[in-house]
Amino acid sequence: MLEKALIGSKRYYGLLGILALIFGVGFLFYLQQLKTGLGITGLGRDVSWGFYIAQFTYLVGVAASAVMVVLPYYLHNYKAFGRIAILGEFLAVAAVTMCVLFVTVDMGRPDRILNVFKYATPNSVMFWDIIVLNGYLLLNIFIGWNVLEAERHDVPPPKWLKPFIYLSIPWAVSIHTVTAFLYAGLPGRGYWLTAIMAPRFLSSAFAAGPALLTLLCLIVRNYTKFDPGKEQIQSLAKIVTYATIINVFFFFCEVFTVFYSQIPDHMLHFKYLFQGIEGHGRLVPFMWFSIVVMTATAILLVSPKLRRNETTLAALCGLVIITTWIDKGLGLMTGGFVPNPLEKVTEYWPTAPETMITLGVWAMGFLILTILYKVAVSVKEEIKA
Amino acid sequence: MSISRREFLRLAGLSTIIGLGGKTAFDLLFPGELEAQLLAAPGALTAKRWAMVVDMRKLDEATAKKCVEACHRIHNVPNFAQPNNPQDALPPELIVRREVKWIWTDHYHNAFPGQEQEHGQERLNSLPFLVLCNHCDNPPCVRVCPTKATFRRADGIVMMDMHRCIGCRYCMAGCPFGARSFNWRDPRPFIKEVNQSYPTREIGVVEKCTFCTERLAVGLMPACVEASKGALVFGDLSDPKSKVREQLRTQFTIRRKAHLGTNPQVYYIV
Repeated sequence: MLEKALIGSKRYYGLLGILALIFGVGFLFYLQQLKTGLGITGLGRDVSWGFYIAQFTYLVGVAASAVMVVLPYYLHNYKAFGRIAILGEFLAVAAVTMCVLFVTVDMGRPDRILNVFKYATPNSVMFWDIIVLNGYLLLNIFIGWNVLEAERHDVPPPKWLKPFIYLSIPWAVSIHTVTAFLYAGLPGRGYWLTAIMAPRFLSSAFAAGPALLTLLCLIVRNYTKFDPGKEQIQSLAKIVTYATIINVFFFFCEVFTVFYSQIPDHMLHFKYLFQGIEGHGRLVPFMWFSIVVMTATAILLVSPKLRRNETTLAALCGLVIITTWIDKGLGLMTGGFVPNPLEKVTEYWPTAPETMITLGVWAMGFLILTILYKVAVSVKEEIKA
Repeated sequence: MSISRREFLRLAGLSTIIGLGGKTAFDLLFPGELEAQLLAAPGALTAKRWAMVVDMRKLDEATAKKCVEACHRIHNVPNFAQPNNPQDALPPELIVRREVKWIWTDHYHNAFPGQEQEHGQERLNSLPFLVLCNHCDNPPCVRVCPTKATFRRADGIVMMDMHRCIGCRYCMAGCPFGARSFNWRDPRPFIKEVNQSYPTREIGVVEKCTFCTERLAVGLMPACVEASKGALVFGDLSDPKSKVREQLRTQFTIRRKAHLGTNPQVYYIV
């Protein structure tokens, strides 16, 4: 089937070319980082994880959200999603690949990364995260490819694939739960030390992932002969709506506990993010934008009229993606580290090389996504789905 | 065909990467020899549980500074504010961000956040609290490390294997005391005089105080203790006759963030 990726329109090659170029530029900056160290980033001893790990966290969510398509289709026999299940699975493949790349570029000594297997340490959550992420990557490539192959030959997917598909459902939940556990079990970080971290991660994932998938479906419909379907997009929109509302609800649950208890260890981080401490408040406008717009979007999404209009739906999905990204891709990491354990404030902002490396990884992810979607869509066009 | 031990180790390493079986093979061939051996040499200082007491009554600014300098000099800790070559000078903001420190002084409200009170602590506010790795009994850094590059020794010292560390910095997120430093850049241009008997570090690994394991091994007290004129007391917590136990018996001591359950082993007499 891979040959489908090799034959395409000029526009397809053009897109691949641009993505490859961005990746190439990012890679050059990464070579620089390898040589001179992570000092070329905006990180430091106080904020020791930043943009890379934040993107990783966000994309784990995007990857996990494939389950929102797979589960209704395979567990509830919701046939409509059969049409787009492959798009969800291939999005997961691209997202997890980006996750792996982001973790790799964040390593101080990437040449020693196999130490994680050589000296396997089950008491480290990171060990489990690597296991579940790679497992999820393999599961989705394997399932997606086989289902598509079967579809192409107009036969039902092989029976032995079913256990793998069922396994992929709890596995999707596990990747984001384990990723939340990376943060939620650390004794000295008040912002992260909350049992609602994993549920919040899942709710924002199930909002952002299907929102991205909705946009991708609209793009696929506009630029190819394959229509993912009106009903499919509307069902995705309902998932986005519920997940966004739950995400906002979870946020306010957290806010209540933190501010009614008035425990400084927990409150200071929120104060930094939403008010600023000692004149440091670089993230304040972003955080307010994120929560205000996310809440407004959740309310607007409830309106069937706005949801059914695909233009307003696309705009709302875009806002869900942006606001959840600010929450998880900017606020979560920095908010956890500021103030530091000695209650001092050192702010963080990514540097230009760091941003270029980040863009490079995103470009690689979208390159993989483009190729996989090209294969999937070509097969769908071939069988005139 | 003869094969040197070095060559064998190399092959074992490679086969581990390929088959993840090298370690098992090595364990079968040379049981127990793979991990570094911890046999104390004659004359070494040993303990069942090392611990430190910081007596703030005896610690003035100058002495505290001497402790920090002694440690950082012996362990080749870079000073980013003082480059060997003026061309390498860093802006103040980067000096803060890239700082590497094993032991340093801080204000009471920074060392003991949440324990400050408005009145009655005026004396404490001006004291230079020496802070360092607490060598916790229940260390979160060891719990989170994915490669056991940081580990707890039988004598309680939390150690770093800088040759195993992958630089993921999970331990830095895990430590509630900010005791860990990462090598964001090559530290060597910022080490005034390299102590040849202690390794300098490369970029990309985490480091911290080790209670001077290398000095204990040859019968010397930790560098900071030696420089402290008696303000720092170091000894075996499991020995009721030790100096640390005597201090704990006779003085009221506090520990940093004891409520987090990491069980820090640096005690403060205030």
